[in-house]
Amino acid sequence: LSRIGDELYLEPTESGLSLRAVNSSRSAFASFLFAPLFFQLYELGSTGPDTEVFRCKVHMKSFLGVFRSLPSLEKSVGKCLILLKPRASRLVLQLHCKHGVTKTHNLAFQECERLQAVFDTQRCASRLCAPARVLAEAVVHFPPTLAEVTLGTGPGGKISLRNYVEDEAEQSKTMVTELWLAEDEFQSVAVAPGSHITFCLKEFRGLLSFAEASNLPLTIHFDEPGRPVVFTLDDTVLEVHLVLATLSDLESNSQSPSTNGVSHLPAPSDDFADDLESYMVAMETSEGGSGGPPSPTFPLRTPRPAESDPEEEEEEEEEEGAVPGTPPHKKFRSLFFGSVMTPGRPGPATTQEVLAEDSDGEC
Amino acid sequence: MRFRAKIVDLACLNHFSRIINTIAKLAKTCILRLTVCKLYFILSDKVANGGASMWCELSQGNFFDEFQMEGVAAEHNEIYLELVPENLSRALKTAQSAKAVKIKLTNKHCPCLRVAVELPSLSSSSRIVTHDIPVGVIPRRMWNDFKEPSVPDFDVSIYLPVLKTMKSVVERMKNLSNFIVIEANLSGEMNLKIETDLVSVTTHFKDLGNPPWASEDGCQSSTQGRDLESMAEACIDIKKLQQLLAGQQVNPTKALCNIVRKRIVHFILLHEEVSLQYFIPAIA
Repeated sequence: LSRIGDELYLEPTESGLSLRAVNSSRSAFASFLFAPLFFQLYELGSTGPDTEVFRCKVHMKSFLGVFRSLPSLEKSVGKCLILLKPRASRLVLQLHCKHGVTKTHNLAFQECERLQAVFDTQRCASRLCAPARVLAEAVVHFPPTLAEVTLGTGPGGKISLRNYVEDEAEQSKTMVTELWLAEDEFQSVAVAPGSHITFCLKEFRGLLSFAEASNLPLTIHFDEPGRPVVFTLDDTVLEVHLVLATLSDLESNSQSPSTNGVSHLPAPSDDFADDLESYMVAMETSEGGSGGPPSPTFPLRTPRPAESDPEEEEEEEEEEGAVPGTPPHKKFRSLFFGSVMTPGRPGPATTQEVLAEDSDGEC
Repeated sequence: MRFRAKIVDLACLNHFSRIINTIAKLAKTCILRLTVCKLYFILSDKVANGGASMWCELSQGNFFDEFQMEGVAAEHNEIYLELVPENLSRALKTAQSAKAVKIKLTNKHCPCLRVAVELPSLSSSSRIVTHDIPVGVIPRRMWNDFKEPSVPDFDVSIYLPVLKTMKSVVERMKNLSNFIVIEANLSGEMNLKIETDLVSVTTHFKDLGNPPWASEDGCQSSTQGRDLESMAEACIDIKKLQQLLAGQQVNPTKALCNIVRKRIVHFILLHEEVSLQYFIPAIA
């Protein structure tokens, strides 16, 4: 969560303790829901129909500071008590350690609104599920500093990962790395043919290392470019969601086909010795001159004329009002965040384009 | 103009990668010259490189299982490419467990060296990773800029001390000064010196040995007349020397340097299958 945002949002609910974070440009959101069974003891404060759910946020660094060195914690700490004291405005973290030592940390918190990105995994056209190890092995071929990566589907059910190069000018100077994974490396594949999305790799890596460490399979739900991609991990006592904005396709249509070429390429077949040759030959012949029109065989990517203009205008408005620090040239759409506590209240959220109308009941 | 090559042996791949890593530490951009039998990595002594130049030569047969090259023309059966060696280094970095690595010159939107790595996987088909490294094709008329530099008429030639030791000495000296003086004589003695306002440090090496060079006219009188104790020195940019030493990942079979008093230091590092020459000009 600390790889995403600087503040940790806590929301104790009947279904468990939810920990969430969002990044400053609102293009990444993560939530970890620990079911009551995860804890030795889980007690919600007095809640009734009149009491609202208590939510607060604390500085990520302060919270992390309590759990600084995992190896030494594992050796010395017997129990950890987390206590929310609304009236004292304190979040208490109490570590009961060996030799009768108790360390109590009182963190100041701020009450806050509900942080909830609106997304619906049911509405995503494509879904992939793979062991975290496979995805970690795939991602290792990309440099640690790489910002964006494009996930695509190719013929033969192959899935590709490719680094995304932003400007046309950069394309002739930047090394392009592409990896193909066979369908049988995944636990399940249900994808719309020819689909692809581009998202921020840095933010994904954090979840990937968590998934690897906990040995849980990772599910990727995605839809059209521009709609958020949702990564989920599921366990009996833990539900994890990472929602990332994806690059909208309005821009990619004007770029040279090399970025769209993910879908053009025949996937390399099994017999490497000869077929890589033909694969490479096919790559050379299928991608002709640059700057061609978008292929008509992938209708998902054709911009809908009626919507394209207002969408572009809205994007520019968003950028002008963007939080300082939001890279202005990024065309990622911000995620839509659920409206604040009182429904119908006008707020900045409503000027953002709705990416998914209904929020699902999962979070 | 065509080029395609394949490496299947892991040891060859590993060795080739280490050479590329060394080159990447020495040059941000360099020339790759391909001939039927050899590969050359060349850095010419432009001002942009700080005047340093490099010539690295390897026989393709020692690394590649397949190597096919067709140059620009029949009578000029060579290819000169400009590339960023760091890209090649990164492409090979995660290929160390590969079943095969293929390199091919392609030209789709722009000329690229395509490195295709076939990796083992638990599934029925291998994983394939491709890296497209943009390259610039050097036209025939510019090939003369990249000729092999000749061995300078040196004052002293001496074998280098153990590179690891030399590297740790130079690294510490680098913290104190931007320039280092290398001096050596024909009695196998070498000193590395730095001098600042506050401190001067000298490290002495002896019993290094001087390589025998047969002079072109067959006689060795040029060295006999010289004073064996007299030191020839050159003051060079310490960072360049440190980069050269830091890039060495394996101990060379032979390592020596030729010093032209106050002009240039010429380093020669020889391994079984690859030779590297690095020229660092002296600071006036």
